[in-house]
Amino acid sequence: MGHRWLKERWDVAALVALAAAPLVVPALGGALGGQVTTLFIFCILALGLNVMVGYTGLLHLGIAAFFGIGAYLLAVLTVPLFPFQIGWLAAAAVSIAVTAGIGLALGAPMLKLRGDALAIVTLGFGEVVKVTLRNLEQITGGMKGLNPVPPPGAGVTIAGTDLGMAFAVDPRWFYYLSLAALAGVVWAMRRLEASRLGRAWAAVREDELAAATLGISATQVKLSAFAMSAAVAALAGCLYAATLSTTADPNAYDFNRSITVLCAVIIGGLGSIPGTLLGVAILVGFDTVFIPAADSLIQQVSGTANGWSLLSLGSWRLAIFGLALVLVMRYRPAGLIPSRRLAAEWQRGAQ
Amino acid sequence: MSAVFLLQQCLIGLTNGGLIALVAIGYTMVYGVLRFINFAHGDLIMLGACAALTLVGPLGLAPTGTPPTAATWLRIAGLVLLCGLFCGGLNVAVDRLVYRPLRNAPALAPLVSAIGVSFIFMNIGLAWIGPADRGFPQVLPAANLLPGKGVQFGWKDLLVVAVVVPLIAAIMTLMRATRLGKALRAVVQDRTAAALVGIDIDRAVGTTFFLAGFLGGAASVVASLYTNTIGYQMGFQSGLYALTAAVLGGLGSIRGAVAGGLVVGLVRALSTAYAGERWAGAIVFALLIVVLVFRPEGLLGRRERERA
Repeated sequence: MGHRWLKERWDVAALVALAAAPLVVPALGGALGGQVTTLFIFCILALGLNVMVGYTGLLHLGIAAFFGIGAYLLAVLTVPLFPFQIGWLAAAAVSIAVTAGIGLALGAPMLKLRGDALAIVTLGFGEVVKVTLRNLEQITGGMKGLNPVPPPGAGVTIAGTDLGMAFAVDPRWFYYLSLAALAGVVWAMRRLEASRLGRAWAAVREDELAAATLGISATQVKLSAFAMSAAVAALAGCLYAATLSTTADPNAYDFNRSITVLCAVIIGGLGSIPGTLLGVAILVGFDTVFIPAADSLIQQVSGTANGWSLLSLGSWRLAIFGLALVLVMRYRPAGLIPSRRLAAEWQRGAQ
Repeated sequence: MSAVFLLQQCLIGLTNGGLIALVAIGYTMVYGVLRFINFAHGDLIMLGACAALTLVGPLGLAPTGTPPTAATWLRIAGLVLLCGLFCGGLNVAVDRLVYRPLRNAPALAPLVSAIGVSFIFMNIGLAWIGPADRGFPQVLPAANLLPGKGVQFGWKDLLVVAVVVPLIAAIMTLMRATRLGKALRAVVQDRTAAALVGIDIDRAVGTTFFLAGFLGGAASVVASLYTNTIGYQMGFQSGLYALTAAVLGGLGSIRGAVAGGLVVGLVRALSTAYAGERWAGAIVFALLIVVLVFRPEGLLGRRERERA
């Protein structure tokens, strides 16, 4: 009974646990809280990518570009360097809308392309965006990035305290903001999956021709996936820039980020919301918890000094990632927590 | 002056373009037989460069500052051959271990596995030559071979021409005029039909991986001797330009890959010269996007319906 409840209502259980955690675990008010906040943000980014790769079956290798565009647009609208300086919420809304528009503009001419060529174009677009962010120094601040991005709610006073100050003083505000955004995105994705549009995405993924005979316009359906995934990535970018209070340097939005998020979605399970969340948790946990812990253990045992050495797990990080991808594709191509529909589809395809 | 400058940039562009083409052929050949983009190809070439760095000393190649002798050329040829065999063999092994079990899997599976293989390759390169960029011996001197003070064409440029042109000619002849080439072309056209007329598909695919790897290995040696630096992260950049060239020319077409390579090389050299190096990459990819908008099948590619 309890087991079954957990299986069906894991989301509510997780949300309650995560919402209560900062009240119980004081460390979440410090650096650990910051890491968990970033984890939430990457979960949102991965869910955005999942719309393209998982739901619609279009390989997208440049999601970080939209993440970056979202972050930089928010920064341009809020930092003191520029005259706009509007509130976070308004800026985020504008940033998400504009990024979705850019997604449409990139997607529209690309729909004729075969899947693989599309992947290269998204990859190339990612490089163009990174190079532009780096070189357009008057607007983007070059390698320094744009800062300081004021905290959300700056200037809004509730019951005598400035909301921005509250964010600045206690990082748990960012924790809750990101958690709320993540919960909202998960909820929206659920609704989308079951909606007419979500079913159209799946239909186009499974068989474009068959979908067309049912009156589904593949063009519109794919374009909406482009826009949706750009918008969700932009939301993640807005949260990211606000949490760090800077856009960070353009390298935060490069191919590596795109590919890491893609790996998370694939390892977790394409098209599966719990799978995507698990994938991000595994990858981020691997990088920020497992590797440092294992390396300090290795150092204690072997007594080697700090720094680059073949004796540290960190220097084999890439190979471990790569091997994980190869093995997942070989033995569990639908991911750790497969989406039921996609797993069935792939099973059929393999026959 | 400006005409000479332009000519010089075009020459640099074509030389680089030849190298890009050699790598691009590797992408396009594998795409032709398996319909998947081998994302690990760039990092395979990085490993080729690592092998070249390890072998360059034992083969007796060292910077002399004097014009190369016949023995030097012979040793360079040996290095090209060895690294070509190394990359070709490695490519065949990876196909056997990783891609072959996925022949009937969904299209995304080999693609994602290739990304995984590229990570593994990169890590092997990191362990092989370390995290910092490494210098590659300046075996060929920088002297200009052309008279006068105008256009520069040095020993290194000659090396590129001497390796790239015969190899491209050889692969094209092989594909067009031999029985093996005919079999490979049949597999490119239709794998099932080719199997029905008695072509051993696994062998054809293995051969393709070998040829693609061999050309890439040869390119890695020439590129190392040309730029004189290698690093474990170089695979991404060189792979990306070559892949762009292959898509630009039309995936699956060898002539397209050559044309695409030359175009990418030229555009990169000219935009480096006139817009600054930092914009060169963005201009190349912008060009790719624009070309694909108007010709989704690439410059020389054939229109083809997407397979289910």
